Amino acid sequence: MFNGQPDRVIQVSGLGKRFGIKWVLRGVSLEVRGGEAVGLLGPNGSGKSTLLRIIGTLLKPSVGSGSVNGLDIVREAGGVRGQVGYLAHTPGLYDDLTALENLWFAADMLGLPYTAVEASLERVGLSHVAGDRVRGFSAGMQRRLALARLILRNPPVLLLDEPYSNLDADGVALMNSTIAGIVGSGGAALVALHELAPAREMLDRTLTLSDGRIAAAHGELVGRDYAVPVLGTR
Amino acid sequence: MAWRDDWRRVRAIARKDLTTELRAKAGFNAVASLGVTILILLGLALGPDAQALRNAAVGSVWLATLFSGVLAFNRSFQVELESGALEPLLQYPGPRWTIFAGKLLGNLVFVTLMVAIVVAVGVVLFGVRLPTGWPALLGVLALGILGLVVLGTFYASMASRSRAREVLLPLLLFPMLVPVLLAATTASQALLGADLMHEAGAWIRLLAAYDVVFLIATFIAFEHVIEA
Amino acid sequence: MSAPERPRESRPAGPPRTSIWFGFASFGAVVAAQTYAILTSPAEGDMGHLQKIMYVHVPAAWMTFLSFFVVFVFSVRFLWRRRENDDLIAASAAEVGATFNGLTLMLGMIWGRPAWGVWWVWDARLTSTLVLFLIFVGYLALRAFVDDPQQKARWSAAVGAIGAINVPIVYMSVTWWRTLHQPPSSPATLDPAYTMGLRLNAIALLLVMIYLIRKRYEIARLERAIEHMAEAAAMGQGGR
Repeated sequence: MFNGQPDRVIQVSGLGKRFGIKWVLRGVSLEVRGGEAVGLLGPNGSGKSTLLRIIGTLLKPSVGSGSVNGLDIVREAGGVRGQVGYLAHTPGLYDDLTALENLWFAADMLGLPYTAVEASLERVGLSHVAGDRVRGFSAGMQRRLALARLILRNPPVLLLDEPYSNLDADGVALMNSTIAGIVGSGGAALVALHELAPAREMLDRTLTLSDGRIAAAHGELVGRDYAVPVLGTR
Repeated sequence: MAWRDDWRRVRAIARKDLTTELRAKAGFNAVASLGVTILILLGLALGPDAQALRNAAVGSVWLATLFSGVLAFNRSFQVELESGALEPLLQYPGPRWTIFAGKLLGNLVFVTLMVAIVVAVGVVLFGVRLPTGWPALLGVLALGILGLVVLGTFYASMASRSRAREVLLPLLLFPMLVPVLLAATTASQALLGADLMHEAGAWIRLLAAYDVVFLIATFIAFEHVIEA
Repeated sequence: MSAPERPRESRPAGPPRTSIWFGFASFGAVVAAQTYAILTSPAEGDMGHLQKIMYVHVPAAWMTFLSFFVVFVFSVRFLWRRRENDDLIAASAAEVGATFNGLTLMLGMIWGRPAWGVWWVWDARLTSTLVLFLIFVGYLALRAFVDDPQQKARWSAAVGAIGAINVPIVYMSVTWWRTLHQPPSSPATLDPAYTMGLRLNAIALLLVMIYLIRKRYEIARLERAIEHMAEAAAMGQGGR
């Protein structure tokens, strides 16, 4: 910590992204500090997923820049990937593999031992279907499995895109406790949502994305009461 | 140490691809069936004369391989795109060439199995008489398959994510494979004829050089094309 | 604020101005060189005056190869330094190269019809020229089917570089495969009466090629400039 301020874990400045002719992000600037869980609200098509993808180094910005824990998202993308756990809206699992095989694959790619896999499955409550093919899983189970894959590594920075969709009450609690665990130990989370309800207790503040820009910021959730400057509007 | 990590990733990707293909049985069976079907159609189109068929055997086998191979290459990336698994795949740490190598390995196994079937059927349908030195043909096949799979996997990594994937992959791939087609068919024909061994040797060397050149070039270029 | 490592965008001020006079001059050079060649070359033994098609056909073939080389150089340069202009130059060279390639093929067929009696023979040069044409077509098709400009640039550069690497290999393999065509007519193997004409026409056609590439590049830069203005409008507009 410098100057008594928490480290800026996620920081983007003037981010813009276009696909073909269409500009999806038009100058977004924001900060997420260590120990914060920030919600990203906005209607469909407002650019939430694109923003998360850019921060997670899956896309390169058309203009602007950003960093995660001081690592530039374009120039030091490899390092950023090591810090970030990105949960996409689509679970991104292999349907013809079993839950175990999906996680074994992830463990191999991450360089982790297979023992971490069993623990992870246990944590998300899917041990009983470990040997079943993902094709037969419900949407909620798939999301839990994707979460299991995410926590194999315990990344300090979470980028979550609509993480609560298809989750039942237990699943929501699981997701919240996972986020709280990571944020509580100094990490940060940026969560894209289209409705606030499941995450209400969890988030420190929210930003609203509209038409590719940050349109509003609210910091009054959870009793926190500091004034948040409206960033990213020019 | 890093080598072991990278090799583990390559193996993991290859194993995953092959497991997925084997389980979705529709995959391999469909592609192999297509190869055989193409052979049959070629046999019918080129006429019932036994000698004409024997002359057309090598070319027909390679064409059937090329056309059905294209399906295999698109499929190997399709599996990532269908389930949205490409994003998580790109999120893992480590160099990107391991993804290419893993897919390459998976495709090599897949296409080799398919070619085995197509060749066996082709030998029967086209009345090929195998000379005593026929194992040398396996070498030609292997080198040809390698060239096909290297470029096929590379172009598929782009075509599968573009707008007109069914037409773009063959359009990009086939002209590039002309040297492979010429070398493989000419060398095979020479070896089947059991004469002009020196001619086959020159073509085999060309094939080997081609494989080396494009193996290196595609590995270097893959880094640039795999990012979204 | 760190500078992002994306293709450095071209700025509106500065697309090259290709003088129309350069265009006139280059086409004029072609006319002059053709006139010279036609008037000074004697009728050839077998083919009579048909042989004079060579004065366009052969330089066009050379320009085709040269275009591939330009595509290769700028594709590699783009992958190395990610400067968008390099991609635009490569693409312009590919379009112009495809045109010269098509010209070579047509003239080859026109030459061949009276000479061989058929419109097409599977000889080394004609066949490899056809295959090269397909490689160009593949490159241009890729650009047509990819919308995102950054992805288009990266993919084209990779495909262009790898395609260009194949040019000598294709040429060599097809030549081994067939040896019907005349031995390559580099000036050394020809009657000196013809070589001067060939050289002059090659230079003239080179000027035309340079003009066409520059013109195409200029248009590409203008197109990008328009897109940048749209960017500025999208980014700066509205939003308090």
